[in-house]
Amino acid sequence: MPIDIDMAEIAQLFIEESMEGLDIMESGLLNLDLGDANSETMNAIFRAAHSIKGGGATFGFTEISEFAHHLETLLDEMRQGERPVTRDGVDLMLQSVDCIRDMINSLSSGEVDTTRAEELEIQLEKMLNSETCVNTAQQDISTSIGADEGRAVTTAPESGWDIRFKPHPGMLKSCNDPLRILKELEQLGEIDVCSEGGTDLILGDFDPEECLLSWRVTLNGDAVRSQIEEVFAWVTDECDFAIEPIGGDAEIQKQDLAVKSASEETPANSGKETNTKKASPPRKAVKSSTSKQEGGSIRVNIDKVDALINLVGELVITQSMLSRFNGDFDFTQIEGLREGLSQLSRNTRELQESVMAIRMLPISFAFSRFPRLVRDTGNALDKKFELRLLGESTELDKTVLEKIGDPLVHLVRNSLDHGLETPEVRLAAGKPETGVLELNAYHEGGSIVIQVIDDGAGINKDKVLQKARERGLVGPDETLSDDRINNLIFVPGFSTVDEVSDLSGRGVGMDVVRRNIADLGGDVSVQSETGIGSTFTIRLPLTLAILDGQLIRVGKQSYIISLVSIVETIQTTTDKVNAIAGKFELFKLREEYLPVLRLHELLGIEADSTRIDDGLLVVAEANGQRIGIFVDDLLEQQQVVIKSLEANYRQMQGISGATILGDGTVALILDVPGMIRLFFEQNSDAGTVSDVA
Amino acid sequence: MVEAQRIEDNVTRQGDADEAGGQYLTFMLAGEEYGVEILKVQEIKGWDTVTPIPNTPDHVLGVLNLRGAVVPIVDLRSRFSLDSIVYGPTTVVVVVKMLDEDQERTVGLVVDAVADVYRLESNEIQPAPDMGGTIHTDFVRGLATVEEKMVILLEVDSLIEFRDVDDGAPSSTDDAALQAEAV
Repeated sequence: MPIDIDMAEIAQLFIEESMEGLDIMESGLLNLDLGDANSETMNAIFRAAHSIKGGGATFGFTEISEFAHHLETLLDEMRQGERPVTRDGVDLMLQSVDCIRDMINSLSSGEVDTTRAEELEIQLEKMLNSETCVNTAQQDISTSIGADEGRAVTTAPESGWDIRFKPHPGMLKSCNDPLRILKELEQLGEIDVCSEGGTDLILGDFDPEECLLSWRVTLNGDAVRSQIEEVFAWVTDECDFAIEPIGGDAEIQKQDLAVKSASEETPANSGKETNTKKASPPRKAVKSSTSKQEGGSIRVNIDKVDALINLVGELVITQSMLSRFNGDFDFTQIEGLREGLSQLSRNTRELQESVMAIRMLPISFAFSRFPRLVRDTGNALDKKFELRLLGESTELDKTVLEKIGDPLVHLVRNSLDHGLETPEVRLAAGKPETGVLELNAYHEGGSIVIQVIDDGAGINKDKVLQKARERGLVGPDETLSDDRINNLIFVPGFSTVDEVSDLSGRGVGMDVVRRNIADLGGDVSVQSETGIGSTFTIRLPLTLAILDGQLIRVGKQSYIISLVSIVETIQTTTDKVNAIAGKFELFKLREEYLPVLRLHELLGIEADSTRIDDGLLVVAEANGQRIGIFVDDLLEQQQVVIKSLEANYRQMQGISGATILGDGTVALILDVPGMIRLFFEQNSDAGTVSDVA
Repeated sequence: MVEAQRIEDNVTRQGDADEAGGQYLTFMLAGEEYGVEILKVQEIKGWDTVTPIPNTPDHVLGVLNLRGAVVPIVDLRSRFSLDSIVYGPTTVVVVVKMLDEDQERTVGLVVDAVADVYRLESNEIQPAPDMGGTIHTDFVRGLATVEEKMVILLEVDSLIEFRDVDDGAPSSTDDAALQAEAV
C-alpha cells in the first residue's frame, strides 16, 4: 500500500509541523527551570513530543514515532512529578530532539539512519529504568533494545515465516476480509497458502456471513515480523494468529517469543497506537514519495490575508469608479478622473506592500536556534554566556531570512569562540564572569540591520595587522585606520587563530560570511574596541524583488543605482579634480580623496558632456570603498521591480539586472560593487582595453 | 512534447539533414532569403528602440521589454558581418526561442523583412557547404531551393552565445546613437 500523492503532501505537512514541534521542545527544554517539572513549559514540551509521535505513526514513520514514544514516556514522568528534572535529563532530551530532527530531515532525502536513535534509545531506556530498575537482568543492550523496540530490530530469518491464521467466525461482520489480509501478505514476499478447512462446516446450518475457514501461510522472503504483524493489526481481536520463523535457530525463536508476548500486549494497552501503525506502508514507498518535496510552504498570519482582501475590495471599488469615465467623458469630469487615478496608485502601492508582507517573517525564526547554540558552545568551551535577543519581531523577506541563518551562526560562533573570554580572564579584567552576547535586529530606512554584539576582548588590532603584513595584504609601511584594520578579518583566507579549533578559525570564515551577505545585496562591517567588545553589523535589503532606486541619466540612457549604496550627490568643479598620471582621476571630498568613475567611459556610451562642471558626482559606497560616479543628471527616485538579465541573456559584470520603467522601456540596474571592481580592473590594465565582458 | 521533439531533432540532425523537414519562416537579409524553423518562432513584432547593454558585442543591440520579460535583441546583419542599414518600415524583430543547454531563452532577431512560410521535406534540404569566412557554418542547418531561389536555413540555437567571455573589446560603435538616428 504505497503512499499516493495526497499522502505525500500530507506527509510534507507532518514534516513541517514536526519541525515546529521540535523547535518548541527545544526552546522549552532550554527554558525549563530545573526542579520545577509541573510548569506550563513541561506541558508544552510534552504536547509537542506527543504530536510528533502521533504524526509519525500515522504516516508510517515508525522509527520516529517509536523513538518519540520513549521521549514521551520520560517527559510524562517528569510532567507528573514522578521524576525530577535533572540537567542530565535535559541534555539527553535535547540530544533526542536533535536526533528526531535529523531523522525527519533524512526522511525528505530518503535515507533514515537509525543508529544514533538506537544509541539514544538505550540511554533513554537506562534513564527510564534508573529508578525502578526493572528487567535490568534481562536487558542485553547489544541485542535487544527494550521489549517494545524488539519488533523493529528483529531480523528476518533466512527461510521465511510460518503463519497460522484462524479468523473468529464473526470477523466478516466487522467488515474485515481475510482475503485482503492474504493479499497483503502476498506483497511481503512469495506465499504459499494452504487452507486448513473449516470447523463444523455443515452445509445445512451454513451461515454465509460467518467465516469458518482457517489458513496456514508459508511466507518466503525477507519480511520482518513487524511487517507481518502490521498486516494483522486491524484484526488482532477478530482472529487467532501465530507467526513462527521457519528453520530459525532456537535463539531467534526464543527472542521472538519474548518479543511476541510483549507486542501482543500493545493492542490491549493502546488500541489507537496499533491502528495507526496499520497505516505503515513499506518503507521504500515513503522514501520515494517524500524526497521530491522541496518547494516549501509558508504560514501567513490571517490578519495579513484579511488586509489583502480588504485592499482588493478597495481596488474593485476604484476600478468601478474609473470605469464610469469610460462611456461619455467630457472635460468637466477631469477632476474626478484625477482623483480616481490617485486612488488607484494608492491602492496599487498598498497592495504591493501587503503582498510583500506575506513573504515577511519575523527574524525570531532565525534567532530561535541561538539559545541552544550558545548553551552548547558554552558547555564545550567552559565559558559562561548570557544571550540577549532584541527586536525579535522585526520582519524580513523569507528568502533573505533563510539565507541569513548560516552567516549569522558563523558570526555568533566567532564571537563566542574568539570574542568572549573565559571566566578567569574576564574576572581578571574586572568584568563580570558571564559574557554577554546580544543579537539585535531593527529596521532602518529600506533595510534591516542585524547586530551581533559581544562584550569580549575585542579584535586584537596588532595581531590582525601583523598577520595581514605576513600575508602581504598590507604593505609593511602602510598605516591603516582602526576601522580598516578591523575589517581586514573579512579578507579571504584570513584567520587570526593560530590553532584550528572545533568551532571556528579555519580561515574560511569571515570572507564567506561577507560573500554570502553580499549575495543577498547586503553588507557586513565590524566595530571593535580592545577590552570592551566587538559589534558586527549586517545590513540587508528587506526584500530581493524590489529595490529603492535612484534613476540617473548619462546621454540618452537612464540607469538605476540602488539608493542604499548612494552616500550623497555633489556638484564639483574641474579644479577640484586631479588626475594621477593623466588617467586616474581623484577629487577631494572634505578630507578624503575619492576616485572618479566616469560612467560614460565605463559603459562605452556618449554623455552630454565630459566636463566635470556640467554633470554631477554620485558618491557611492560598496565594501568600504567610496567612489564618485560621474553622471549627466539625476532623475527621480522610485521603487523598481528587479528583472534578471540572465533569464534570456547572461550575467553582466557591473549590472545587477534590469527593470521596466513607467513608459515601458527597459532600464539597467547598476551594481555598484561590480562597477567598482570593473573600474579598478580597467585602470590597473594601464590603458589597454581589457576584456571586460 | 514539442520540447522533446526538438531535442530529438537536435540529436538526429548531427551529420545529415534527414529530420530537418518541416515548416520554415523565411525573412530577407541583404537580398538573401533565410529561414528558421517555425516552431522556434514565438512572434514577429515591429522594430522598437532598445536599451543598449554596455560591454557586449556589436550585434547585441540591447534589451527590450516584451510584456514584462527583458529580452535581448540581436542584429542579424551585424551577426553575419553584413553592412548595417538604416532600419525602415519593413524592419521587424523575429522573436525566437533558443535552446541553450537545458534552458530556453527568448531572443529577438532584427531582420530586413519577413518573406514567406514554406513547407520543406527533409529530402529538399541539402547540407551546407563549407563556406569559410563570412558566415559561420555552425549557423547554417542547410540549404533549400524554393521556386528557383536559394533559401538558407539557420540553426537558431547557435545564433548567439550566452556564456562566451571572449567577446573582444567593449562595443566601440555607439549602437544607441545609431539606432536613435534610425528611428
